[in-house]
Formats: sequence, structure tokens, C-alpha cells
Amino acid sequence: MTLKLAVGLGIAGIIVVFGVVGPLLVGNPSTVRDLGLTGPGNGFLLGTTQTGQDVFAQLAYATRGSLIIGVVVGALTLLLSSFFGIVGAFVGGWADEAFSLFTNIMLVIPGLPLVILISSYVPNKSIWLVAAVLAITSWAGSARVLRGFTLSVRSRDYVLAARISGEKRWRILFVEILPNLIPLLASQVVFAVIFAILGEAGLSFLGLGASGSFTWGTMLFYAQNGLALRLGAWWWFAPPGLAIALFGAALSLINFSIDEIINPKLRSQTRAERNKWSVKS
Amino acid sequence: MSVLEMREMVKEYRLREGLRTTRLRAVDNVSFELTPGRTIALVGQSGSGKSTIAKLLMQLERPTSGSILVDGEPMQYRGARAAAYRKAVQMVFQDPFGSLNPYHTIGHHLARPVTLHHPDFTREQVDERVLELLRRVRLDEDYVGRKPHELSGGQRQRVAIARALAPEPAILVADEPVSMLDVSIRLGVLNLLAALQREENLGVLYITHDLATARHFSDEIMVLYHGAVVEHGSADDVILNPQHEYTQLLAEASPAPERRLAELGH
Ligand SMILES: Nc1ncnc2c1ncn2[C@@H]1O[C@H](COP(=O)(O)OP(=O)(O)OP(=O)(O)O)[C@@H](O)[C@H]1O
Ligand SMILES: [Mg+2]
Repeated sequence: MTLKLAVGLGIAGIIVVFGVVGPLLVGNPSTVRDLGLTGPGNGFLLGTTQTGQDVFAQLAYATRGSLIIGVVVGALTLLLSSFFGIVGAFVGGWADEAFSLFTNIMLVIPGLPLVILISSYVPNKSIWLVAAVLAITSWAGSARVLRGFTLSVRSRDYVLAARISGEKRWRILFVEILPNLIPLLASQVVFAVIFAILGEAGLSFLGLGASGSFTWGTMLFYAQNGLALRLGAWWWFAPPGLAIALFGAALSLINFSIDEIINPKLRSQTRAERNKWSVKS
Repeated sequence: MSVLEMREMVKEYRLREGLRTTRLRAVDNVSFELTPGRTIALVGQSGSGKSTIAKLLMQLERPTSGSILVDGEPMQYRGARAAAYRKAVQMVFQDPFGSLNPYHTIGHHLARPVTLHHPDFTREQVDERVLELLRRVRLDEDYVGRKPHELSGGQRQRVAIARALAPEPAILVADEPVSMLDVSIRLGVLNLLAALQREENLGVLYITHDLATARHFSDEIMVLYHGAVVEHGSADDVILNPQHEYTQLLAEASPAPERRLAELGH
């Protein structure tokens, strides 16, 4: 375990625990009180908003909301991109053509206009709907990456050897090919989670996010609406902003480490290359 | 299985260049017979269609025309007879770095074909067979738990040979089995192959660029040129009395097989 990975996992772990446990320990984040914009202390760990809501309570719920978005989008991206990327490339022929055409179409559909379109049709968007829209507009990129890699793995000699020895097709896919895709899949998922959380924050900040639920993005949106910046109420906008930055950094660190974690395939490839050269010379 | 025959085999690839499609005849009317205990060397320059013949034998490619016969009966691509065929004909690949899955242990690579060949074996029996296979290719038993990247090229190729032997085949296709190995260990691997061939009475198709080793390790030599067999005869005949000009060129390029072998074995 490298230092990068440890730091990344540590920060991400703390944020996840906070998002899971936090909401159980704090009061109602929407309760309006008569003490607008009090600073940290005074019975409120992170002060209050303009309407006297507890910022710390809001942060706990917002963390949970943003994590839900991240997890749902990560899972949907994993599902969609492996189905259209890996299965298509493995089956080959007609299925591959159709799947990659579909992937390319999805790739060029721009996410933001689609979300604006949907938000104009659905007045009360739930957090799940936002997650679904983000997933639908973001899986295609990783499907293409996965397809390219699957195509190259599929024609490696060890897959041919498995075919020769009479392995079943599903076994070749799941036992011989898929394990070699795990580092790639993991980094695609981590990337999708970062993308989703940032994307949701952006949408919410523009007022296009989920209505009636707390996320880091909606917190920033309300802080911006309440003129927190101009009134110097840093305790209102700094915590969600920091949370986004820290979580994004933590996931990026994890992503870098996944690439670096001893990947025997990469090692053997470089050695193979070296060997080829030595034979030729 | 006793005799494997390739008869009037033709394999064409369609190549797309923009809008035009051209046909490339990779294998052109090739016929030969593989019998137990005999080694045929298939010699030819790069791109002459050697690997394509191997792939046709391994059912990895379908012939354009021509047939593969097993004891006079056409080979099947589906069903029980096809499964039996696949066990009887095994292959060693050229690149020992690409032919082992980096994710799996050496034990996995050998246990799978053993299990597929003997579905009734218990775990202990499979493990015992795996160790026996390692011994047969002169590898230490503690390689079982290792990953391919922890092995040298020569050791990997021994594992690949053990894997090919796992289903107890009658025919072994070795596609340039030593061309990617360091010169100093080539002879060792070739000698191992020759010893196993004698022990198991295998029919071997030995694909190579190297006329010297072809003569030393084979009974017959077949020379492939642009997909067609231009010369086919006993090893000594082909080397000492080459008819086709391409073979003459090859033979001149390696005039003294004995010296070449001595070089390999130093
Ligand atoms: N899948 C394919 N599609 C199109 N052409 C192919 C395909 N596979 C092989 N060929 C062509 O068929 C010809 C024979 O290829 P093959 O791999 O059999 O050569 P080879 O004798 O094994 O060469 P080498 O000694 O370099 O391994 C080559 O011209 C190659 O470009
Ligand atoms: Mg070849």
C-alpha cells in the first residue's frame, strides 16, 4: 500500500463514514430558527444559515446525498459500460457493431442540455432521477475505453489457449478476460463517481439539481442565493466546497494508485518487449 | 486418433482497403499428414502462412476450401467429436509472454485443462496431475503458486508445453516455440520437446524459420513459400538436395547445421 493510496482511502473513508453516520446524530437540517447567520460555536458547530438552519446538520445530509449520487452513478456506469463495452467486444461481429454504434451515439449526446430538457418536463426531480440522468450521459466514454481493451485482450494468446483447451465461452469471459480488466474497471468507476459528484454540484449550483434534497451542490446553491459570500458567512459555503474538493482529491489519489499498483500485465509486457529486441539484435 | 490429414487446404483473407476488397491467399492448396511419433517441420519466411496453418488445425480459423481429416473422417467443429478433437490436438504458442494469463497462477493454467479432460477427478487428483506435469517439463513443483511474470521466458514456455500436454494429446503443433527465447536456452526447450515427443509418441508439427533445427529435430521438412508448399521430403533430402530456389537460398543461408547447433548449445 502506497502513501497515496493510504491518504486517499483515509480521506474518502472519513467522508463516507460522516455521510452514513452523520445524519443519524444531527437534528433536522431544515428547521428554521430565529438566529440567522450566527458563526461557528454558540451551540452550532458550523454556525447557522440565513434562516437559522444548522449548517453542520445540513452538511451531514448533503454528504449523504452527494455520496448516494456518486454510488448510484458509479454502479450504473459500471453496469452500462461493461455491458456495452466488454460484452459487445467479446461477442464480436454484429453485436459489436450495434453496441459500438449505440455507444458512439450516446457519447455525443451532451449531458447538460439533456438535463435542462428533463428538468423542464419534471418539476420535482428526485435525487435518483438526477443520478440516472448523469449516469446515462456519462457511461459511453468508459464503454469505449473498455471495448478497446477487451478487443486487445480477446485476441491474446492466453485467450486462444483457453479456447483450444475447450473452456466455455462465459468462463473465458469471466475467468480469463475480466480479471485483467479489473484495474481498468476500478479506475473507470472511481472516475465516474468523481464526475457524478462534481456534475451534480454543478447542476445544483445552477438550480437544475434535485429538488427538496440536500447535496453539496444544493448547499452551495442556497449559500450563493443567501449572499453568504458577500456577507462573509464563510462557515456556510466553505464546508460543502471543501468537502467536494477533498473527496475529489481523495478519489483521484485512489485512481492514481490503482494505475500504479503492481500490475503484472504491464510488467510482463515491458519484459516481452525487451526480449523481442534482444532476439532481433 | 492416429492420423491427422490436411487435404488441399486453402485459406483466403479478405482485406479491405477503403472501398476495394482484395483477397489474400494465406494458405494455397496445402496437403500433408501428421502421424504419431513423427515430426514434420514447416519452414518458411515471415508471412508465408505458417501460423495460419496452425490456426486452421486448432479450429481458430475456418478453411476457405479443403478439409482436415481425422483417420479419414472429416473433422467436426461442433459437438462431442469436436471436443474430442480439441483434446487430441494441442498447440504451443510462439510468444511465452502472451500465452500465459498474467492474472492467474501457473497452477491454474495447468489445472484447467486437466479438469476439463478429467471432469471426474477430485481436487487432490487434479493437483497431483499438475505437479506431475511440472516434473515432466523439468520445472520445480513450487512453481505451482507463482504468477507468470515471476518466470523467465524459458520457464514460461515449459509451462505452455505442460499445458499442451495436460489433455494427453496425440498431435502437438509448436508454432516457433523458441523464436522468442534467448539463444542460450533454445536448445534446452527444443530437446525437451523432442524428449516428450518420443515419450508420448506424439505427432508434431514444428513450425520454424530455422533450417538447422528443422533438420535436427524433424523427420520431414515442408517448405512453404507464399502459402504454397514448394518442397516436401525427408529432412536430409530437403537440406542436402534442395529443388526449389527458395529452399536453396535458405539452405545456403544456413550452410552448416552442425555448426549452427553448436552455436545454439554453447
Ligand atoms: N486475420 C487475418 N486477416 C487478414 N490477413 C491475415 C490474417 N492473419 C494472417 N493474415 C495474413 O496471412 C499471411 C500469412 O500469415 P501467417 O501469420 O500465417 O504468417 P507466418 O508464416 O506465421 O509468419 P511469421 O513467421 O511472421 O509468424 C500474412 O500475409 C498475413 O498478413
Ligand atoms: Mg507465425
